[in-house]
Amino acid sequence: MAIKPNLRIGCAAGFSGDRTDAAGPIVETLLAAGGPSVLIFETLAERTLALAQLARRADPQGGYEPLLDELLRPILEQCMAGDIRIVSNFGAANPAGAARHIAALARELGLRAPRIAVVEGDDLSGAEQRRLLGDAADGLALVSANAYLGAEAIADALIADAQIVVCGRVADPSLTVGPALAHFGWARDDWTRLARATMAGHLLECGAQVSGGYYADPGVKDVPGLANLGYPIAEIDAEGDCIVTKAPGTGGRIDAHTVKEQLLYEVHDPGAYLTPDVVADISEADVVELGPDRVKLTGVRGHARPASLKVNLCHETGWLAEGEISYAGVRAEARARLAADVLRLRLEGLGPLRVDLIGVASVFGDDAGRWREAQVPGEARDVRLRVALKHPDRTQAERLLREVTALYCCGPAGGGGVRTALRPRLGTVSCLVPRESVPARYRFIEAAAA
Amino acid sequence: MSTNICVPLHRAAHGRTGDKGDRSNISVIAWHPALWPLLVEQITEAAVARQFAHRQPSAVRRYLLPKLHAMNFVLDDVLDGGVNDSLNLDTHGKALSFLLLDLPLDVPAELTPYLVGAG
Repeated sequence: MAIKPNLRIGCAAGFSGDRTDAAGPIVETLLAAGGPSVLIFETLAERTLALAQLARRADPQGGYEPLLDELLRPILEQCMAGDIRIVSNFGAANPAGAARHIAALARELGLRAPRIAVVEGDDLSGAEQRRLLGDAADGLALVSANAYLGAEAIADALIADAQIVVCGRVADPSLTVGPALAHFGWARDDWTRLARATMAGHLLECGAQVSGGYYADPGVKDVPGLANLGYPIAEIDAEGDCIVTKAPGTGGRIDAHTVKEQLLYEVHDPGAYLTPDVVADISEADVVELGPDRVKLTGVRGHARPASLKVNLCHETGWLAEGEISYAGVRAEARARLAADVLRLRLEGLGPLRVDLIGVASVFGDDAGRWREAQVPGEARDVRLRVALKHPDRTQAERLLREVTALYCCGPAGGGGVRTALRPRLGTVSCLVPRESVPARYRFIEAAAA
Repeated sequence: MSTNICVPLHRAAHGRTGDKGDRSNISVIAWHPALWPLLVEQITEAAVARQFAHRQPSAVRRYLLPKLHAMNFVLDDVLDGGVNDSLNLDTHGKALSFLLLDLPLDVPAELTPYLVGAG
């Protein structure tokens, strides 16, 4: 049997809200290299799907990635002409809606109708599926409930010759495993190769985080061209091992250190990284620098996939109220601390108030303020006070906004620059459901219906 | 006679924070293999638990990855409920690797050439 050529997979987005101009250099590189290639976009963080469900409630045609058009418009023609497949979870709460949008975009650009498949089955928020959640959803104002699907439906859609696969919630690495599975034709219980492809996907799924993003620290961890980061491309071989690289002429860096940081990102037990596709084991993994911006990952092992799928439930939990005010010059820190004391008294009984002195003690601290209280008061001359609280009732939460604003006239001397914000809060809980109770499937969106 | 100097951990290692729910993981990666044994010996679960005491972790676990000269710390219940629940500006805890990298590290004089940065 002939060995299949390597598969190149580029990742042009690592979350919803990522840069939207990353795909161009990847596509150029994939076209120049020739051979089988795929472009992925990962746009669903834990709470993105809940926001998408809320958007779909407001507009039944919406609920997919709001920047979908901006992501695809510049590269759709090149991808279709050069046979670069596109796989993404940008369908969010409405994969079919996203697919229709893409079909319309292709028409507008004068392209032949692409073969677009949607992957479905992840949404468990409907009345019928909700019983699967057991008591996990009891008493919650549920916004979304989505199972993390694996790679198989993506692979099946690609084998059926989909040019674009639009998913909702799938495990992030499955966006990579699906195309690898389809291309190499591995057995679906080939745990070693699935695990290797999974870790390739893991390195890709946060976009530029493997190529210099979330890494730079001047003088110690210098990254050239941070404003023009090259997003990663993985070259996956028939064994599932991968080389991570990026487009020539782009900014960023890929070396052993950037890859190690991303390899361990959001990993708990390195011996058991759980996904719907496999249990990956990186405890003996190694990285090898092959050249500039070229690193090979080796030594990944795999074990049989879990019997259950993880489900994330998002629910409404009331309101988050925040307010800020600045103090500068002599005794600024003391005035900010005094303003905090005033707010504590004015908002007493409303629930725990978080107090930050931005410039003195803020993000390292805990909500209860143990960290801040352990810091010796100082003489900081440019301090921004921030307070925050949560409350189930909107009117009560709004009191914080009014009290911070009132500091203009009633607070310490020289307080300026008040900003306040009130936003709905979403809570997340997760549960496990038996894999066989969540039938993941794909279907083609008919061009006529689109 | 060899003398030790005490430096902040960030001169010997780098790292990155990830979050899932109310759990934070922080990698600690040696800048040079020669520094790795010092990390294993000194950057223990107990040392990290002390550094994060104000966040009251319910558990701190350390996983070693000797081939990568890296370790992975997993801290449970340190994000005040996590990205959807915490009142922190940094609900993800993205900055927390820098809190861990402030831990002190005793380094024998002969290994100081492998340290990075100043101070």
